[in-house]
Order: sequence, then C-alpha cells, then structure tokens
Amino acid sequence: MPSPRYWREIPSRYRLEATRCGDCGRVSYPPRRICPECRSTDGETIELSHEGRVLTYTVVHVPPDDFLMEAPYALAVVETPEGARMMVQVADCDPASVEAGMMVALEFRLIRREGKGGILCYGYKAVPAYPMGGEAEAELRSKESEVAHA
Amino acid sequence: MREVAIVAAGMTHFGELWGASLRDLFVEAAQGALTAAGTDHLDAIYVGNMSAGQFVGQEHLGPLMADHLGMAGVPSVRVESACASGGVALRTAFLEVASGASDLVLAAGVEKMNDGADVTAILATASDQETEVYHGATFPGLYALIARAHMAAHGTTEEDLAWVSVKNHRHGALNERAQFQRELTTDQVLSSALVSEPLRLLHCSPVSDGAAAVLVCPLDQASKYTDHPVVIRGTAMATASLALTDRRDMAFLDSVAASGARAYEMAGIGPEQVDVAEVHDCFSIAEICCIEALGFAPLGEGRHCARTGETALGGRIPVNTSGGLKSKGHPVGATGIAQAVELFEQLTGASGDRQVHGAEFGLAQNMGGTGASSVVHIFQAV
Repeated sequence: MPSPRYWREIPSRYRLEATRCGDCGRVSYPPRRICPECRSTDGETIELSHEGRVLTYTVVHVPPDDFLMEAPYALAVVETPEGARMMVQVADCDPASVEAGMMVALEFRLIRREGKGGILCYGYKAVPAYPMGGEAEAELRSKESEVAHA
Repeated sequence: MREVAIVAAGMTHFGELWGASLRDLFVEAAQGALTAAGTDHLDAIYVGNMSAGQFVGQEHLGPLMADHLGMAGVPSVRVESACASGGVALRTAFLEVASGASDLVLAAGVEKMNDGADVTAILATASDQETEVYHGATFPGLYALIARAHMAAHGTTEEDLAWVSVKNHRHGALNERAQFQRELTTDQVLSSALVSEPLRLLHCSPVSDGAAAVLVCPLDQASKYTDHPVVIRGTAMATASLALTDRRDMAFLDSVAASGARAYEMAGIGPEQVDVAEVHDCFSIAEICCIEALGFAPLGEGRHCARTGETALGGRIPVNTSGGLKSKGHPVGATGIAQAVELFEQLTGASGDRQVHGAEFGLAQNMGGTGASSVVHIFQAV
C-alpha cells in the first residue's frame, strides 16, 4: 500500500485509539465520525486497554499470500473492557488452544510485510493473558520471532 | 408502480470454463434470454459483476457487454454489491420497469474468476480491508468466525454443516449446468482439507466462471414474449456493517432478516407460503444463518433442516434446488441472477428432475460479503 494510506491508520493501529460516543456511550474501533448506534457526532477519542476477551475464533489454514509463512494461525474477535471489538491474530500459543472466553493481552507486533521491498506493517496481536511461562514460553516466543524475521 | 414480470431466462454452464472469456459468458447467457423471448431489442441493460477489474483487468462493463451483444447504443451499466451484484442488477431492472421508465430490460450477472488472478485476495476486498484483511482474514476465515459464534450460541455441529453440503450436492447432481454434478457423503465433507476451522474445503463454494440473464417487462406486456411469465411480487435490499466486529450478534445476519421482512411485506406473504427458495450458501454455515433469518426455521433450529430433509427436494421448504452455490458453482456476480433463473424455471414447471410440483411462490436471497448487503426477491407463478 502507498505509505500515506498506512500512515493515516497509525493512531488506531499503534495507539489503539477509539471513539466513545458522548450520547449513547458506544465505543467504535477504529474511530468514527458518526456513531453507528445513534448517529451522534459528539464523540471523544479514547485509548483502549491492552487486554480483552476472545468472543469467537478460527484457525486459518489457507491464508492470503502475505501470511503464507504464518499459517496455520489463530484469528479471533477480541472485546476490550471498554466494549470495543477488534479482529486480531492470537500468537504465542498453539492455535488449537485458543477458545472463546479466553483472556488475552494485546501486544504491539509486526503484522505483515508487503511483498518484496514493501513496507513493514505493524499493529496488535493478542497473546494468552496467562502464558505457560518458563522455558516453554521462551521457546514459543523465539519461534514467533523467527517467523517474524524470516 | 407497474407490476413487473420475468419473461425469459438464459444461463451458461457454471464451472472452470477455460475456453470462454468474460464477454463470451455474458453474450451466451444474454442471447439465450433474448432468443427465448423472440426479441432483438432492449431498452436497458444492467450487468451484475463483482470485480472484473481485479479478476481480468476489465472495467466499464456496461458498454462493453452492450456492444458485444450487438446492442451498442442501449443504456447499459454495471452494478456492484460484491457477491450480491446479480441480485442488485435484478432489483435495479425491476425498479426501472416498475417506474415506467423502460419496458424491456435485461438483468444479467457475469464473473470470470478462473483467469489466473489471486481469487482469495480479490474476494477478500468485499470485507473490511483496514480492520479484517490487514490482520490475515480470508472469506472462509470470516465465515468460520460466524460458524464458531453460531456453534457457541445454538449448539451447531460440524456434522450439521456437512449436511448442508451433502443436501446441496444431491440437488446439484440433478442440474446439468452445475459445476459439480455429483453427490457427497458427510464422511467426505468431514475428512476434506481444513480451510479455516471449522470450515473444510467441502463446506465452501467453488471458484467458478459463468453468466446468467433474465428479461423483465411490465406484466401487461408479458404475453408478447411468453405464455408463462413469473411476477416479481417483492424486492428488497438491506445493508449491515462490513466488519464482523461491528455486528451486535455475529451469529445472526441482520441484513438478511431485514431484506426478507421488507420483501415479505411488499409481496403480502410470509415465509410459510414460500414453496421453493434459493439462498446464498457461499459456505455451509451461511445457508443455516439465512434460513433462520428468512423465517424458514426458528432461530437455532436451522442446523437440523438439511439432515432431516426439511430443506431437501420433497421436504417442507426445498432450499437450493439448483445445487446452490456449493454444487452449482458461484461465479460471484452471476449468482443472484442464476438464483432467479432457477426459480423462473421452477415456477414455470421447467425444472425436470428437480421440479417442486405445484410451486407458486419462490424466494431468492443473495448476499454480499459476510452479509453486509442482502437482496431478496419473491416471485409468483401466474
């Protein structure tokens, strides 16, 4: 994508900025000018917590070309304590261990790289809020790092 | 508004049609409809097409198709609503005729998907690029998220999903224009390759080439073209958020329910009066969600219908007698019109081994993306 298109999305992608409606309280992520619930234009910008809960999930086995190296990977809809919902990958765990209701932390990660010589695209991935710890966790993190830098 | 009828239909075989180009497909289907009606003039053309620009690098389809149909000069425009483009083309043609602006309009749909393009990436452009595709979502992935949500809410199982594919292939085996004219077993579905859990290859509609076309005119002029017109009693469209994350309930397709409710109201009937239906089974879970949203099954009960045979030929409400998107094929822009072709034939008694005997009302439901747009038409035999 051209860099201005990437740059425009940085507030929501890097800082998890969202809009809270001043009238009905609905939180929209990414930010919106008009509340989709009540059409109010009285919204305030907030930053979402870096945590949430998995609402629904899948494991993608046949990915788009940009994600070929990562499949199979878990993809989930996560809800933050503010009530915002976002689609994120669930990393640092066996994709088969992801389940609805699971608590996750949101961590800033490399999401994709655009073809040969394209820009590196960052954003958030979810990781289990209660990781296994110790050597097993360290091993998973090094694998993730290998994939990200492959 | 004037009463509007379909008076003729044309359609290509659906499948991997390496010998046919985008324009070849359109011309075959459109000429089929013109020949059936015995006419060589048109007031307007609507071409339903999702993404020829990405699939084959061709935009500006309206004049291109008019020209190749030998109709240069006729107003012709391409309409787009992702996989609901065909349904929207029919609705637009209906509105033009109902308003009195035109008397004979061709509503067509066409898609050429097998020409070497990156189909997964192109289809994904019908979902939210910034919040879904950016993170690695694919279309099967998004419907897999819907499936998991439906499983959690209603206890739907992988076997329930498999039965939808089995039922639709049983129908498609009887359709000589279907891409896959063969039956499947639940074991075959449940042992096919995983695409995005819990969806497997045989839960997914295929990548297809094809075109379909219908001619619409005022009902009081229909006798010029046919002895067996089919009246369009209801037409409605509704939208919902593109992004799944913005939906209140990911297991329920609001746009399908809203378009269905508006179409039922316009037609003055309810779901219990529908004799045969074509719904948008791009993935097996989609058929379950659609029959629930359209009132053919109570919420949470749709998962049983394929297995019990309620939605099979001979059942309470036969759904996707054509084989559906799963077995007949899904050339995305053509699908909405192909549904209308199937129902035109059902309501005129021309469906052969797939005939639903005595069918009076037919319903077609066509949707784009993960249900961000949905179009419903209700047809009546006269």
